[in-house]
Amino acid sequence: MRGTILVIGAFAAALLFSTSAWVQQLPAIKSTTVDLPAGDRMFPGGSSADAINNNCLACHSADMVLNQPALPRATWEAEVRKMINVYRAPIDESDVASIVAYLVKTKGED
Amino acid sequence: MKQNPNRNIRGRDLLHVPVAGAGATADATAVTSLFPRVLSRRSMLRRIGLAGLSLAAVPAWAEELVKLSLPSGPREREITHDFPQKGTMILQRTRPPLLETPMEVFDRGVFTPNDRFYVRWHWAVIPNSVDVNTFRLSVHGHVNQSLSLSMSEILSLPRVDLAAVNQCSGNSRGFFLPRVTGAQWAHGAMGNAKWTGVRLKDVLDRAGVKAGAIQVRFNGLDEPVVPDAPDFKKSLAIDHAGNGEVMIAFAMNDEQLPLLNGFPLRLIVPGWYSTYWVKMLSDIEVLDKPDDNYWMALAYTIPDTPHANITPGQTGVKMVPINRMVPRSFFTNLAEGASVPAGTSVPVRGIAFGGDTGVATVDLSSDGGRSWQPTALGKDHGKYSFRQWETTVPLSEKGSHSLMVRCTNLAGDVQPSSPNWNTSGFMRNVIETVRLTAT
Repeated sequence: MRGTILVIGAFAAALLFSTSAWVQQLPAIKSTTVDLPAGDRMFPGGSSADAINNNCLACHSADMVLNQPALPRATWEAEVRKMINVYRAPIDESDVASIVAYLVKTKGED
Repeated sequence: MKQNPNRNIRGRDLLHVPVAGAGATADATAVTSLFPRVLSRRSMLRRIGLAGLSLAAVPAWAEELVKLSLPSGPREREITHDFPQKGTMILQRTRPPLLETPMEVFDRGVFTPNDRFYVRWHWAVIPNSVDVNTFRLSVHGHVNQSLSLSMSEILSLPRVDLAAVNQCSGNSRGFFLPRVTGAQWAHGAMGNAKWTGVRLKDVLDRAGVKAGAIQVRFNGLDEPVVPDAPDFKKSLAIDHAGNGEVMIAFAMNDEQLPLLNGFPLRLIVPGWYSTYWVKMLSDIEVLDKPDDNYWMALAYTIPDTPHANITPGQTGVKMVPINRMVPRSFFTNLAEGASVPAGTSVPVRGIAFGGDTGVATVDLSSDGGRSWQPTALGKDHGKYSFRQWETTVPLSEKGSHSLMVRCTNLAGDVQPSSPNWNTSGFMRNVIETVRLTAT
């Protein structure tokens, strides 16, 4: 009997509290470990993709580039310079022309 | 340099080969809304493959693709089930992850489920493990007393909750014309959740902000791959940070945050673009001079013009940090090019949000914007939340029809009829149009 009253009491309390969303009990915050996909696919195109494969995949996967629309050569040149100057990509200066050439060939509009 | 207690928890093995989730494949094939745009499911082949092969070896031909209605190619994106704590998502980039929410998810409810909530990271060094027993939130800088708060100390502060839209500054960038570089999102770089946490104000008060403080800077556990690249940090003005609405969330839709959405703590900046909603928040620094770090001074800046709009090629424009969101509305039950029966009243519905204030009205036009009819609004979950809208449209004649939807917010701001343009692809909020065929 006493157990029943306690249960009803608890139920009534739950009803009262449920009118305000933020007294709801949250699940305990638990330590979390996940695996993230590697994203290690290479750029297609054989040897024409060597420079972009060697220099660009440390910071981001190839799909970011492959999902871009066709853009002018000047835009791709600026993008590669931004990666070097702003985001500190350690790109060998002698590879810049090959990377831009690949981008213009696969994503160029002029 | 101060020792960061969270530093030992990072370190992702870049060579790890992911194992595809077996249970996730059923979801995409079960979608029955009017967004049936998975192109090549090959689900039978996939099942045969799954029966006989290791899941790690799901072959390339088993890829599922979705076609986004972008103005030019490439329009196809992979559908992915491979990310932890995430269901079916549109893959924009694998590393660091850019995952887009498919539009049909927004048709199912006003809150976006955690496992379908979009994901956007800047740098690829993302801790893949967070121990809540050793995690600390540091508060320092121009304060009376530096703090190093454990999760249990944070959980013991007064709790608040708030429904709020989180939207990427570049949501819908893929629709910009001329096209611009960046994540080529369709409309799914947004979501709405009930956030539960503590007020940033309470945390700042505990540290005691000194006179002369002007900004508060936020940093998370993610780091650049290249050590001298600019770490991702964002700042808010001191009055904004302490306004009692900005919060530190430890729960999202009544569950702890998915790791990719910022576990264990995320800054919530209601009404402002997601760039300020720092994920895996671990460091709060009160500044007595303006934050000139790259991510405030150069990245995420917009032209200081109406709708952040400029003409392509225009130069010499004053730039300011992106800030408040603007009103938007979307169709969620009708995809571009959908067929509907002629001579019937077509149910039309979707979601809207007001930006930095609530939704006043959502109106629909079926005559190219000459006249507008109000729609019925769903339950109000607060001014920062998505709001559902619905109506019916009689389409008596066979042939093509265009429907337009327009949100006006409580401040009287209305979606523009022509799209804005800027070099970063930010702040798109033009009136959306869907073309239908009545047959």
